[in-house]
Amino acid sequence: MPNDLSQIGCTNTPVLKQRGQHEVFCGLTSIIWLHRKMHDAFFLVVGSRTCAHLLQSAAGVMIFAEPRFATAILEETDLAGMADAHAELERTVAELLSRRPDIKRLFLVGSCPSEVIKIDLATMAKKLSEKYDNRVNVVNFSGSGIETTFTQGEDACLEAVIRDLPQTDQTQLAVLGALPDVVQDQMLRLLSDMGLENVLVLPHARADTPAAVGPNTHFICAQPFLGAAHDEMVRRGAKPIAAPFPFGAQGTTAWLAAIAKRFGVDDATLQAAIAAPKARAEQAIATVAKTLVGRSIFFFPDSQLEIPLARFLSQECGMHLTEVGTPYIHRALVGPDLDALPSDIILSEGQDVDKQLDRVLDCNPDLTVCGLGLANPLEAQGLRTKWAIELVFSPIHFYEQAADLAGLFARPLLRADLLKVGKVA
Amino acid sequence: MKLSIWTYEGPPHVGAIRVATGMQKVHLVLHAPQGDTYADLLFTMIERRNHRPPVTYTTFQARDLGSDTATLFKSACLEAYERFKPDLLLVGASCTAELIQDDPGGLAEALGLPIPVVALELPSYQRKENFGADETFFQIVKHVAKPVERSENISCNLIGPTALGFRHRDDILELTKLLDDLGVDVNVCAPMGATPADIADLGRAHFNVLMYPETGEMACRYLERALGQPYTKTVPIGVGATADFIAEVGQIIGKQDLASTVRSRLPWYSASVDSTYLTGKRVFIFGDGTHAMTAARIARDEIGFDVVGLGCFNREMARPVRTMAKSMGLDALISDDYLEVERAIADLAPELILGTQMERHIGKRLGIPCAVISAPVHVQDFPARYSPQMGPEGANVIFDTWVHPLVMGLEEHLLTMFRDDFEFSDSAGPSHHAAHAPAQQRAEVETGQSADTNIIWLKDAESELRKIPFFVRGKARRNTEKYAADRGVAEISIDTLYEAKAHYAR
Ligand code: SF4
Repeated sequence: MPNDLSQIGCTNTPVLKQRGQHEVFCGLTSIIWLHRKMHDAFFLVVGSRTCAHLLQSAAGVMIFAEPRFATAILEETDLAGMADAHAELERTVAELLSRRPDIKRLFLVGSCPSEVIKIDLATMAKKLSEKYDNRVNVVNFSGSGIETTFTQGEDACLEAVIRDLPQTDQTQLAVLGALPDVVQDQMLRLLSDMGLENVLVLPHARADTPAAVGPNTHFICAQPFLGAAHDEMVRRGAKPIAAPFPFGAQGTTAWLAAIAKRFGVDDATLQAAIAAPKARAEQAIATVAKTLVGRSIFFFPDSQLEIPLARFLSQECGMHLTEVGTPYIHRALVGPDLDALPSDIILSEGQDVDKQLDRVLDCNPDLTVCGLGLANPLEAQGLRTKWAIELVFSPIHFYEQAADLAGLFARPLLRADLLKVGKVA
Repeated sequence: MKLSIWTYEGPPHVGAIRVATGMQKVHLVLHAPQGDTYADLLFTMIERRNHRPPVTYTTFQARDLGSDTATLFKSACLEAYERFKPDLLLVGASCTAELIQDDPGGLAEALGLPIPVVALELPSYQRKENFGADETFFQIVKHVAKPVERSENISCNLIGPTALGFRHRDDILELTKLLDDLGVDVNVCAPMGATPADIADLGRAHFNVLMYPETGEMACRYLERALGQPYTKTVPIGVGATADFIAEVGQIIGKQDLASTVRSRLPWYSASVDSTYLTGKRVFIFGDGTHAMTAARIARDEIGFDVVGLGCFNREMARPVRTMAKSMGLDALISDDYLEVERAIADLAPELILGTQMERHIGKRLGIPCAVISAPVHVQDFPARYSPQMGPEGANVIFDTWVHPLVMGLEEHLLTMFRDDFEFSDSAGPSHHAAHAPAQQRAEVETGQSADTNIIWLKDAESELRKIPFFVRGKARRNTEKYAADRGVAEISIDTLYEAKAHYAR
């Protein structure tokens, strides 16, 4: 591995903070995957035509028959008087629920316009919950661009879900973060092999899934962007487990080991549970890493997955990190991953996109991780890119996906080697 | 408050971005929160642009509200000017900034920049994307275009094409060629490709060609008033419309004798015997007003389809679309409610949809083939090859594109004859593009009780129905059920099936 081990640890690396244009989605975007994960939930954005257009553009070609999300678009008349907007919302919800009797959970999602004109969605949610007592549970959270970026939408949603959960004294493990079903099943199998059966996964798929939290709940995050949900769990008395995130073989091992330690799982049991998948993962990563080793990578801030992924790529794939940008550094969550990053990188939080574009062109990395708005323009300037949004939509956690994760980064490099026609855009 | 699942148009500031992105040396500073930067990906991903749109978003956050969003806006303007050195600066607000009322126009004016600054009024809670483009371009023209001497040769401006427009890139080329054949030069094409200096030069042209009324009509009307430039009213999509367009140009430039034969293969392809099978195919047409109306004329007069539904999503075009629909004996569907359009299509059960990207999805679900004729668009609507909609080549492209999703003439008969042949399974769809075949089979799995009525299909009627080729089976099923329901028949027998067939025979 090229990184000098004496220079490991990014905890004290100064953070570059610039305030300029951000080029990131807002939290509403999380709805695209959350609604697939929560089978009886509907997400109603109270917003503008822009919000509806964002959801549609981010969902891309995934037009579902009638998806379980929609936008209540504010119109001129709604802006005139507040009493109006609340009554209108009530009418809209009634219309929606009469058409969708299958809905058990309704999320009222705040947007920039609804927050600026101060539509009180919390009070509305309470009122509607009473009105549809026993049938639909109504909860609110904010996905607005003035409060949240991209994946923070899931964080805000989960925070609201946790706030609503009943209390329990039962000792249990809770895992936070929406994962693709296949990945979640793998995780539960691993935990079960370690002797942990009573695992609560949040967000839970259905309203009637038994879910409760309390002082004997020990929880761990599977996604690094769940800062607010983390804090809400702590407020509910639950005990956090800190660990690197479960990307790659080492990340997954460290994550499971932290759980084992908290629950007193002995080492032999842990090793027995992980030995085979871990060996498989290491071998598979080694094959893909041949393309990655020694290549440099630059992260634009996007999904908040940047720090743990940088850890994986540097520690397990031998990549050279240049700048690691992330929208927001939540140290309680990403601390263990930060500890494992080389100390000589540029660590940046927030964004001034124009200045960052100057830096990436200066630095000319082998691979740049960025949003969809920047990818083709950077390709046209000779860089190779990886869209960050794919990392959120693809199964990338745990042992069996470790090589796929490395493969997502290797593919643009392999492709660039394949094409012999130049690229004049 | 309006419940919306999918939208046909974005907000008006997306229209402004389409104009700015189409032009050169123009920059737009948009007062907007960070999430609104999603608009960039429409251009870089769907249109595969190799540059970021020339837009600076102020990306204010909650903590900026009430304190210094105005300062943020001013510094964003200054930095954008310094960095990009545009010849013209557009300033505007998105839906959220409209609510905080910082007055971008006034703030930018106060900076005293040495370039023209055009302030945009984009009422986000009333209007939509096309209006935003139309208004933005009109404002630029109003600020910059001045009377200048006419060119010596007869020339025109091409008005209306923008970034992210449906086939605008190729329509410009095709029209330029067509006009060149008529001896007319193109002075300026705008917004697409134009600089502010070009806009100042618009007045050199003798007249304007209004390519897309949705995005260029306000500017054309203004230029007619202010600079005395007439503009063309015919949009040259289709053979007939292209001929009319040539005649209209002839009128304007005082050359009545312009040759008006349109060198397109469409007329012969339509006349040739293989096309007989196109006769009376029932089509549903939906899109922006301009494309829907031109498509309706081609469908009826140039291909011989039966237009069973016609509509548009942009209310601005409601009146002409209604008039045209009426002339075809139809009630126009004017709606931007996706579910309403889907219902209309399901009820009419056409054999082909000519629509937008959204109707493509409806078609997929209902098992009805669809060709795209209008924005909103997706990445496959920006093909690598030359594929205009306008002029002679546009008519060729349209013939191919519309006929492609259908089963070809002789094949239709073979399918009927050999439908039970195991090597010739009709569920495969048209043989020339099996990969894109509509998934008719899926809609066919239900047997016995019909989906939304209580009518029962008797076994022999059900198997008779399955002998009907897949591309008309859905319609036959619906017609028969409707026929039975209208007459209070509870069970469908073979006789009911054929009585219904006779009843609906055309
Ligand atoms: S940034 Fe705000 S206004 Fe824009 S789409 Fe997101 S929530 Fe809606």
